[in-house]
Amino acid sequence: MSADIKRTSVVGGTLKLTAFAAFAALIVAASWQLTHERIEQNLHTARMAQFATVLSGVAFDRIDYDNPELVSPPHTLPGSTREVRIYRVYQNDAIVAWVFNVYAAGYSGPIELMVGIDRRQQVTAVRVLSHTETPGLGDDIERSKSDWIASFNNQALGDDQADWALRKDGGRFDAFTGASITPRAVVIAVRDTLRYAERYEETLIMEPSE
Amino acid sequence: MKSIIRDGLWQNNPGIVQLLGLCPLLAISNTAVNALGLAIATLFVLTFSNLTVSLARRGLQSEIRIPAYVLIIASLVTAIELFFHAFAPELHARLGIFLPLIVTNCAIIARAEAFASRQPPLRAVADGIAHGLGFAWVLMLIGVLREAIGSGRVFADLGTLIPGAGNAGLQFADGGLLIALLPPGAFFALALVLILRNLIVARQSATAAEPAHES
Repeated sequence: MSADIKRTSVVGGTLKLTAFAAFAALIVAASWQLTHERIEQNLHTARMAQFATVLSGVAFDRIDYDNPELVSPPHTLPGSTREVRIYRVYQNDAIVAWVFNVYAAGYSGPIELMVGIDRRQQVTAVRVLSHTETPGLGDDIERSKSDWIASFNNQALGDDQADWALRKDGGRFDAFTGASITPRAVVIAVRDTLRYAERYEETLIMEPSE
Repeated sequence: MKSIIRDGLWQNNPGIVQLLGLCPLLAISNTAVNALGLAIATLFVLTFSNLTVSLARRGLQSEIRIPAYVLIIASLVTAIELFFHAFAPELHARLGIFLPLIVTNCAIIARAEAFASRQPPLRAVADGIAHGLGFAWVLMLIGVLREAIGSGRVFADLGTLIPGAGNAGLQFADGGLLIALLPPGAFFALALVLILRNLIVARQSATAAEPAHES
């Protein structure tokens, strides 16, 4: 007898849980339906805004978002263990600049950077996409916290690459108060990106294969 | 009904009495706006999970109660995360992992099990709102404290939560004590609030005890 009762309660419980799961799925599906277009739009706007800021001063009419050059490790770009993306920027169907999506080795984790480089091998601008640096010390790399990141604007490697470093290391870039590991990591990352762009320029100016 | 509200806001406050949900409380209270965003999300999840659990309470035998709670809470959290992503994308980015982690806030499952599973819907909703607000004011108080001490202003970046509101906030000092924004500051701020609560409770019980002595 008691086995029968137990069986019914197992079947009943399973059915009820299934109903609950269906209800839960319904909630999630309805929310997704209501929000997904707006979310995609937000992501696109955010990405557009970021591209626009790192391409300051460049005249362009098109960014090839969908076919970035994917550079798989091992490579010499910053973030050598990760896959890195390079976006081509066009004006009248000619490549006028690239946006490198690279990772600097920060004090407490990777710092995701967007580095714009034009055909003269000059940095157009650099922006930090995400990081986990100490608030109040390392987060001056954010444009909203300080102007520091703008010190890369219109900088090129130059003949004497030794001065592409922090001033305290004998270079041309100031650090900001309270931190040196974070700014050093960003300076090195931008330098390595420029070196890569110079070395592989011939491949980079080619159209994506396909 | 009155006791439900007093219970959630003060007597049995999830943040400073039950000390539940401390992980988001400590991690996201670094600015007032972050705190407000997380408070709204938690309030929403708590209220609707209480309502759903209460409506389904007769059908939920003890064997399937916990998995059912988990299903409800997880789907509500996913829903609110989607809405934050759609309508407050910058705040969504800053709350990061702590928005989906509302699912692990034991204050929510505690209310479902301890209250909503044995109460009618209206009382369950009142309880959800009361405890949500109770969690919210503690989170906000700690957020305002830490932001004020840490950076000399409050409600910076309000525009990320309420479109059109300015992002400047109320600045009243230039810079501040950095430690308040760092993780240790969260523990100090929580300790201050707990001290305050204990002082108030001690005073209340002292005044309540006095007439008894005289008689």
